[in-house]
Amino acid sequence: MEFAFTEDQEAFRDSVKRFVDEKSTTSDVRRLMATEKGYDENVWKTLSNELALTGLIIPEEFGGAGFGAIELGIVMEQFGRSLICAPYLSSSVMAASALLVNGNDDNRHAWLPSIADGTRKATLAVSEQSGWWDTKEIKAQAIKNQDEYLISGGKRFVVDAHVSDFLIVAAQSEAGLSLFIVDTKDDQVAIQLEQGMDETRKICTVDLDNASAQTLGNEGEADLEDVLNISSVALAHEMVGGAQKMLDSAIEYTKLRVQFGRSISSFQAIKHRLADLLLEVELAKSACYHAAYAIDHQENRSQAASHAKAQASEAYTNTAIQCIQLHGGVGFTWENDTHLWFKRAKSSEVFLGAPHEHRERMLLASGI
Amino acid sequence: MNTESACYWPAGYKMTENNIKENAQAWLEKNWSIDLSLLAWRTQLLESGWGVPSWPKEYFGLGLSQSESSDVDEVFAEMGAIGAAHSGVRMLAAATLLEHANDSQKHRYLPGIITGAEAWCQLFSEPGSGSDLAGATTKAEREGDEWIVNGQKVWTTSAHHADFGLLLARTNWDKPKHQGLTFFVLDMRQPGVEVRQLKQMNGHASFNEVFFTDARIPHQNLVGTEENGWPVAITTLAHERRSFDRNRDGGGIMKKTGPIYDEYRKEIEVANEPYRWYPQRAGRVDLIVERARQTGSIKDPVIRQEIAKLLMLSESAQWTAARARAAQRAGKPQGPEGSLGKLAASNIARMASKVHTMITGSDAMLTGENSPMEGVIAEILVSVPAVSIAGGTDEIQKNIIAERVLEMPKETRFDNGPFKDVPRNQA
Repeated sequence: MEFAFTEDQEAFRDSVKRFVDEKSTTSDVRRLMATEKGYDENVWKTLSNELALTGLIIPEEFGGAGFGAIELGIVMEQFGRSLICAPYLSSSVMAASALLVNGNDDNRHAWLPSIADGTRKATLAVSEQSGWWDTKEIKAQAIKNQDEYLISGGKRFVVDAHVSDFLIVAAQSEAGLSLFIVDTKDDQVAIQLEQGMDETRKICTVDLDNASAQTLGNEGEADLEDVLNISSVALAHEMVGGAQKMLDSAIEYTKLRVQFGRSISSFQAIKHRLADLLLEVELAKSACYHAAYAIDHQENRSQAASHAKAQASEAYTNTAIQCIQLHGGVGFTWENDTHLWFKRAKSSEVFLGAPHEHRERMLLASGI
Repeated sequence: MNTESACYWPAGYKMTENNIKENAQAWLEKNWSIDLSLLAWRTQLLESGWGVPSWPKEYFGLGLSQSESSDVDEVFAEMGAIGAAHSGVRMLAAATLLEHANDSQKHRYLPGIITGAEAWCQLFSEPGSGSDLAGATTKAEREGDEWIVNGQKVWTTSAHHADFGLLLARTNWDKPKHQGLTFFVLDMRQPGVEVRQLKQMNGHASFNEVFFTDARIPHQNLVGTEENGWPVAITTLAHERRSFDRNRDGGGIMKKTGPIYDEYRKEIEVANEPYRWYPQRAGRVDLIVERARQTGSIKDPVIRQEIAKLLMLSESAQWTAARARAAQRAGKPQGPEGSLGKLAASNIARMASKVHTMITGSDAMLTGENSPMEGVIAEILVSVPAVSIAGGTDEIQKNIIAERVLEMPKETRFDNGPFKDVPRNQA
């Protein structure tokens, strides 16, 4: 397995980094997180039209760039570092991968091009009780009604549903667990924006009451495992990007802060903790890069994805907590930016499955 | 290749990357014989340059690059030919002497290193200076053409069968500590040198204490220049980690039959004896799942979580090492991932020891033949504490990472003045 990024990939990383550094400063993040919509339409257009990132993992025949999980990881790492406010994970990753994994050719031609060019946004509605995708938990019902289906049920932890044009909903039909496309403008769809602890990523509850739906892929054959794999690996990259930011921020601050007549970065108590954090972040990055490779090469995907998700979650939460600690009192203030990443770390830790759930999934996928 | 050394190919024949392997093969076909004694064979390696092809031509090598040298190793392995002696501290001694010794020292000592006729040990650590090696207090005093050595070294692998030692000793107490040290080659076989085995908490005795009472060193054995011993010691230390990777056993030499192979196996056995417990020191992650299945604890959800954490840590550390290697191959500057391996290994070993204990339960109270896996599990538990100490403690590793990778400032020092005034351990 090759563990070095190519020169093209490094150049791609630089261009994404330049974009987020310019368009997503912490004052941009603070401004947008306070809005209900939660993102900037102009930035989204740049993301779609100029950088062509919205269609990054969508094949060229459906209007995308046709890249894989490694390039997606590069983007997500930078997005995690900058906390950019955009419905990217929901639409370009989760909805796109659900369509790619499950959709037939008609579905893909119908829905992917508009996700790829950013003109429509979509999201994935699976969870009912917890953010963890235990498909046995899914109780939403789809009933056939002439040439369409009617779906009833409640979905929770649906990211960006309030700004999405359509939903991909997991529901039980006569044939078993299936995926459906539902238009958010349908009167029978009620979307409520929840009060998320992490204000930079908007979470909704969706109630469907006989909402009209079309099938996505074959009825009764919904594959959510691979969608979870692709989404978890993307989220894990976002998390290590955030963890790196927290580590950089802690190092920068301790170098500036003077107490007892010396820079606190000269104390071994501080140096050793940062060395430990560097190790933790680098190990989590390796798990992410390995997982992206595994996704692209179809090797042990569930095992690698759950490994990355669990380890990135722990690394992010830990670096964020330590970053607050190393800032001292100022780290606990609203004015200091650290809490923005801390809250993203906490919500990402449990979204798509908490670390202990992914550890168990990793073991099972490895035959242990 | 000129005609001064190893002239078995026509004059003017230029060795290129493509024909290095052919040349090595041709030379081996002509010279390699399992009927020779190990020493006789290695004497041929010494004289031809094929024993240490990456060394300079004037000092028993062929001046090949590292990658060319690896090609030669491959040919040796394919042909089942034994290479130059490379076990123990000898390669550290060789690297140090090649860089810092004078011409006559090189001619005196390098041949015995290559043939394996002479064994070496490293006399650096002392009871009073472990992490702080430059705080050595073993003293050498000039007396005519000789230096008289008094003091004590410790953690000396193979001192009990070494012919020579690489000695770091203090020759000036008025200068700051790094500037008062001198590097010597010490003859271990003399009345003033006493070697005692040091028994460890795991029952093995892999190291020695070495006591000097008026031990003598001829002045001509001073390596480099007087009071410039620290940079020489740094060279030795820089090669310490690399040397143990070297192994020419690719062709299954250890399994071959014949007197020369028997001699070789004996040499390796003696060299490896101190390291028999090293796999256990690293925590034996490879045994975890098998053991959990045997004991049934694989069904315990709490233990499963710990197993998963351990496996993830261990695999991620391997991938991190792979990232460092890939970056190196691509010619990129070393990233942080390269300096983290030792610290990761400590964390993995400690966690593995904890998980082995959970899996083993009350049987972890036992040791010896009747204990789990004929004592291997017990040996893990009592060997893991070494891994975060040997070869640079975790604390020193973290300082290195913080200072060199994260560019954080050094701690305030209290050992800058003349060494005689620096606070140190009581003898």
